[in-house]
Amino acid sequence: MKKYILPSIKLTAVFTVILCILYPLFISFAAKLSKGEGSGEKVMLNGKAVGYKLIGQSFTAPQYFWGRPSAVGYNAAGSAGSNKGPTNTDYLKEVSNRIDTLLKYHPTLQKSEIPAEMVTASGSGLDPNISVKGAEIQAKRIATYRHLPLSKVLKLIETHTEKPLLGLFGPKKVNVLALNVALDQISK
Amino acid sequence: MQTELLGIIATFALTLVIAIPLGNYLAKVFAGKRVWTNIFSPLENLIYKIAGVNPNEQMDWKQHLKAMLTINTLWLIYGFFVLMYQDRLPLNPDGNAGMSPHLALNTIISFVVNCNLQHYSGESGVSYLTQQFIVMFLQFVSAATGIAIAISFFKAFKEKTTNKLGNFWQHFTLAITRVLLPLSIVIALVLAFNGVPASYEGKDQLTSLQGDSISVSRGPAAAMVAIKHLGTNGGGWFGANSAHPLENPSYFTNMVEAISQMIIPIAMVIAFGIFIGRRKLAWTIFGVMTIGFLLLLVPTLQSELGGNPKIAQLGITQVSGAMEGKEVRFGPTATAYWSTITTVVSTGSVNGMHDSTMPLTGLYQLLAMMINAFYGGCGVGLLNYFVYLIIAVFIAGLMVGRTPEFLGHKLEAREVKIAALVTLISPFLIMCGTALASYTFTQHGNAAWDTTPSAWLNNPNFHGFSEMLYEVTSSNANNGSGFEGLGDNNMFWNILTAIILLFGRFIPIIGPLAIAGLLAKKKYIPESAGTLKIDTKTFALMTFAIILVLNALSYFPALALGPIAEYFTMIK
Repeated sequence: MKKYILPSIKLTAVFTVILCILYPLFISFAAKLSKGEGSGEKVMLNGKAVGYKLIGQSFTAPQYFWGRPSAVGYNAAGSAGSNKGPTNTDYLKEVSNRIDTLLKYHPTLQKSEIPAEMVTASGSGLDPNISVKGAEIQAKRIATYRHLPLSKVLKLIETHTEKPLLGLFGPKKVNVLALNVALDQISK
Repeated sequence: MQTELLGIIATFALTLVIAIPLGNYLAKVFAGKRVWTNIFSPLENLIYKIAGVNPNEQMDWKQHLKAMLTINTLWLIYGFFVLMYQDRLPLNPDGNAGMSPHLALNTIISFVVNCNLQHYSGESGVSYLTQQFIVMFLQFVSAATGIAIAISFFKAFKEKTTNKLGNFWQHFTLAITRVLLPLSIVIALVLAFNGVPASYEGKDQLTSLQGDSISVSRGPAAAMVAIKHLGTNGGGWFGANSAHPLENPSYFTNMVEAISQMIIPIAMVIAFGIFIGRRKLAWTIFGVMTIGFLLLLVPTLQSELGGNPKIAQLGITQVSGAMEGKEVRFGPTATAYWSTITTVVSTGSVNGMHDSTMPLTGLYQLLAMMINAFYGGCGVGLLNYFVYLIIAVFIAGLMVGRTPEFLGHKLEAREVKIAALVTLISPFLIMCGTALASYTFTQHGNAAWDTTPSAWLNNPNFHGFSEMLYEVTSSNANNGSGFEGLGDNNMFWNILTAIILLFGRFIPIIGPLAIAGLLAKKKYIPESAGTLKIDTKTFALMTFAIILVLNALSYFPALALGPIAEYFTMIK
């Protein structure tokens, strides 16, 4: 065994230098050239950072588009999903309550129009996106609270709709924070 | 909907487009042929010189195992202490605490064995130092260990009769300098330029648009996310793993991460065929693996895209599929695809929460980990498949009344015994582990422990049982994903899974290499009309049947109590 101990220690030391110091430092320096300089891209409003582009935020006020339910209340220092199983009765009750809340705030909304992601928690608890439909069902409420014409709100959703990758791969979606920042910009 | 389906088809196609030439490249590198990365050989020579090893010194299978076990033991001891005392060491901008001894034990074993179970949460459980010097370091070297042993295994079948299986240190070094590190650099850069953080800054505090104060965890994640996939490790920088928007920001990065976790396992199969000069055998193995993979993927898609019938009963139309625990930017299709690849190749990273998937999806995830040889982990997947092959050769030999032979070597009692032992150890660990946990949960639910067993489960009934079964299965398969609702950071789970992890890793490495080493030493018998051919469609079917029968017999009762029972209560 002794024959193997010294090479083990020395190889561990050499690869620690290469893999734990040189490699991540190189990536870190190179990432300085990226958009968020490797620290995450921020969203600005009136010269102030109001969040990270990729990290969803909790929106509860009626004049904002709401994001998805989150198991951790959009805590970006402790991401997690609900981990509720599909047949858990307490969980199904919770979903049912979320449906009721949505119906309460959107009196003309039909249950069948509610997209699934608006009543289910995301995997990270920080999902920044909702589907286009998820935004559209909220348009009337936003228009009322912001005193904006409905068409203008719908137009805003349309301009903020992100297409699938190369127009071919993956779902369409809307970034809730970007949409709300745009809302604040047009209705000050 | 259609774009979501197109997305996964493109992902799988690109995976093959990259993996097949990579296999060719791997075979050349380890055969010492000319490749462009030979420009790294001065660096490698320097490494050998510093470490005091002679890369040309040939080792037999026992020496390989000794070297492998020595360096792995060293990592276990060293990492255990660093994790426990990380609070007193530098690079801890968020001021995270040191680990409890049993959590440190579980964590270090979990990373050394390429499992990455993670009973801690990335944001609060580790420092930047331990993320890089322990977690990421082990993600490289545990993958390199798997590849190195697989190469020794290749060498056993390259020559007719030999006990020279190459040099472990050389295989290990080349696995890093020629494969893992260069590919990691490329992938880490792609990720960093698409939103994954890479700087060493700590948590950021700011006020949200609505006026709440929020804090955002960050850190040099890009470097780690690259190797966590390439090395089929799966341990995430953040708690939510690749569902976290900073760990997997877009559909594009999702494709990159999905591709990178599959390329080395597939490439190893291709490389095996080229290396030993039996391409047809490699393609047969690849064929069986791919059919197995698709047979798990298609029903998974069907089960997820149909949505949750219980939610449909509430009046909700689930247009794209079940959304609990999933992210909008990936959608249910890409998440279902990921859940299959991460369980077949033993990565264990997730881009959506497995605990919230449909019961049958859970069944397929469990099956994939129980079989653990449809592509399988970095290097070790092929070794697992080899054990099934040995059993298949043996049984087929009995059926047709011929002496079982494998690639020109007579298969005798000793080798078959080892293969049988390796095959039996998995159901033994999974069944006993789950039984012990279930017994403790039901009979000692109120034991006055830190976490009382009755508080372990996040879901009642059959699904609760599945949470325990999944944890144990994932440990045995060295997968690392979980039904994360399980409260697993306590003495019971930390120690139980630590033991299973060790056996689940080292027995399936030692066993196949011992068989290969023993076979290689035997006299070579040239192929004749009487030889059982193992690269035919018939034999592929035979292997597939063996895999199916062995696993069905071993696991059906447990699966019936968990996901299958839950499925029937759901559609009732």
